[in-house]
Amino acid sequence: MSAAIAVEDLAFTYPGEHHPVFDGLNVTIEGGERVALLGPNGSGKTTLALHLNGLLRAQRGRIVASGLILSDDTLAEIRRRVGLVFQDPNDQLFMHRVRDDVAFGPANLGLDDTEIARRVDQALDNVGAAQLADQAPHHLSGGERRRAAVASVLSMNPEILVLDEPTSGIDPLGRHELADLLTSLPQTQLVVTHDLPFALATCARALVLDEGKIVVDLKTEALLDDSDLLARHRLALPFGYHS
Amino acid sequence: MCAQEVASLIVGMHAPDGFLDPSVTATMAIVAAVVLGKALRASEVELGERCVPLAGVCAAFVFAAQMVNFPVASGTTGHLLGGALAAILLGPWVGSLVVAIVVVVQALVFADGGLTALGYNTVNMAIVPAFAGWALFRVFRRLFPCNTSGVVSASALAAGVSVVLSAMAFSLQWLFGATAPVAFDTVFGAMVGVHMLIGVGEAVITGLVVAAVMASRPDLVIGAADLSPIQLAEEPRIANRTFAIGAVLVALVLAMVVSQFAASDPDGLERIAEDTGFATTADNQLFADGLFADYATRGLDNAGLSLAVAGSTGVLLTLTVGWGMASAQRRLRPAPSIQP
Amino acid sequence: MTSPTAFGHQHLHVHGTSPIHRLAPEAKLLGLLGFVITVAVTPRQWLITFAIDATVLLGVFVVARLKARLVLGRLAAILPFVAFAFLFPFVGDGETTSVLGFSLSTDGLWASWNVLAKATLGAAASILVTATTPIPELLAGLSRLRVPAAVVAIIGFMFRYLDLMVDEFGRMRRAMAARAYNPRWLWQSRPVASSAGALFVRTYERGERVHDAMAARGFAGAMPTLSEASATRSDWLLAAVPSLAAVAGLTIVGLT
Repeated sequence: MSAAIAVEDLAFTYPGEHHPVFDGLNVTIEGGERVALLGPNGSGKTTLALHLNGLLRAQRGRIVASGLILSDDTLAEIRRRVGLVFQDPNDQLFMHRVRDDVAFGPANLGLDDTEIARRVDQALDNVGAAQLADQAPHHLSGGERRRAAVASVLSMNPEILVLDEPTSGIDPLGRHELADLLTSLPQTQLVVTHDLPFALATCARALVLDEGKIVVDLKTEALLDDSDLLARHRLALPFGYHS
Repeated sequence: MCAQEVASLIVGMHAPDGFLDPSVTATMAIVAAVVLGKALRASEVELGERCVPLAGVCAAFVFAAQMVNFPVASGTTGHLLGGALAAILLGPWVGSLVVAIVVVVQALVFADGGLTALGYNTVNMAIVPAFAGWALFRVFRRLFPCNTSGVVSASALAAGVSVVLSAMAFSLQWLFGATAPVAFDTVFGAMVGVHMLIGVGEAVITGLVVAAVMASRPDLVIGAADLSPIQLAEEPRIANRTFAIGAVLVALVLAMVVSQFAASDPDGLERIAEDTGFATTADNQLFADGLFADYATRGLDNAGLSLAVAGSTGVLLTLTVGWGMASAQRRLRPAPSIQP
Repeated sequence: MTSPTAFGHQHLHVHGTSPIHRLAPEAKLLGLLGFVITVAVTPRQWLITFAIDATVLLGVFVVARLKARLVLGRLAAILPFVAFAFLFPFVGDGETTSVLGFSLSTDGLWASWNVLAKATLGAAASILVTATTPIPELLAGLSRLRVPAAVVAIIGFMFRYLDLMVDEFGRMRRAMAARAYNPRWLWQSRPVASSAGALFVRTYERGERVHDAMAARGFAGAMPTLSEASATRSDWLLAAVPSLAAVAGLTIVGLT
């Protein structure tokens, strides 16, 4: 019962499609773990991420997040406890100042102004972006934008972070800084990514999702050593990279 | 004819402050506020909690699309107005709301069109094209086959005619609120003539944009929501050149008819009017150039023709916009939620 | 197409610390509205009133320390819109005067002047407000003036995504130009229109994703209002000065 996330027998088909994305998916992530979720395009990684805080709802099976079964009654609380960082920070940073974006979640929780301000400062501080508070999101670099997006979720004090392709659109240095940031955060994390070295740098455990099933559940190092296994699921290390 | 070349600027762009008199300006501001209030509530019903972000990004899209240059002839370019397009893609309520927001922001922030002209600019550029465009689209849909080509053709025709209706709406406002001694007939002839040509461009581009959306996400075209997957699968067959040439021919014929109409009244451009009453009365009365001032009657002075044109324009506009609103009302229902 | 970001809103605001910059945005907006309405109802032959309006506005520009070049440059943007008004003397009816050998309608000349004067004053006043108020403050001002929250939020979203959208159109144009697409006739517009259609689809999908990102942080239909300091009495008074001067200008001429 210490699992931070338990996906049990999840089935989901997008409206109007015939082929199900999931038909009996099971995933368990323990509290405090950082887990990489890998897999080829179209394997259902983002769809799974959207289920974890109730943006998509299970058609069969259930989602348990930090001890709460996802339902209409627990939806609001689960959205607070599970922070979702979207693939494109431009979707997440929709206000004109970083500060307002970071304040959006706490304001929806109905907190008072002083508490909101405290949370905003703390969240920006946690991601090392205090100096960005009054900047406009479209003036930021890819890496800064990503950190601001993480802050906009941290301000809700989540217990679990789900990050969708966090390294997309970031330069190499920004990628290193992001890895340092993620490993410094205490939250349970599920990192959806194509970026195998990044997965290795941040997550001890790796899952491979292919055709709606978890087909690999290994230590990240062990997975990266097995090039046949990687190739079977359309995963590959960067050129010249040997782990 | 110089007047016709620049008349396009009014509906095609935005009228500045001081173009129409205070009483018509105020009336149009009230009309715009009432309709947009209704459109906002209706949009919130249709889109639910997605209303704000969706209307916001779609407004950004319309704004950006209006800055894109389309080729017109021999290298000259024009741009999309987008009122009918927005209504066909998003429905008339959301469509009119989105275009109105664009008009408001352009006036408030970019000084495109006067702040006090906002009422009639919104009516002419957002409300009339969206609702009249929607009404015409519904009518044309019935005349064309129920498939993708039918939807595209109906969109194109509706968009083209809606631009002309906007020009007519402006002419009518001029009849009641002119601030210059230019007769209704002149304004009407110039505006309608020019906008028939602009309408051809609007028609072609709107049709092509709708066709492109139909090709990838037909579910996003609200005006085609009734098509079955089989009807959608029928290959659209519209040759660009045939379509454009056909549209130009139709517009030319119509323009000739209208110019005949205007030319048959010699008062228009050359006449030096005997009526100089206005210049003296305007001096000391704040609202002298108002609804009951000389201009209203001056337009009507030109005997039966003006009256007939103005009257039938008014009836035509009211019927179309009214029918558009009525049919928009009927399709007002909560959108199916994406979260089952 | 002009440089894409030239239309971006970040260039509208001119950074500064003048009293005009510091004025509460809602006071500025209401002051702007009062001024343009007063100007709009001014009878066109009341030249003294227009002179007073222009002087007051000029004074505010000086206090705001805005560069004349910037203001005039932006003001030039209204020229196409007032161009129509320059035809009035040529097509107008009524008494005529002879100017440089042209026989022009007197009434038409007055009508041109009317539009030119009011459009210039109105646009200059708007430019003054947008140049001294950043967009987030402008939005806060609108919401404190009781503009419906949904409308303010839609305008906010529009601004946020405008640059992104303009950039996308720019990229699409470059991609087509790179493949030697140089359309000259209307029937060659299918590629441009098709990309506009594709962009609409992407726009709509972005709207849905933005909504998802909002819902993921607890959004349930109502934008949270962040309370901030609002206008003081001196803000209101200061912002009312141009309108009051314009009304005074009306009264003076009206009484004499």
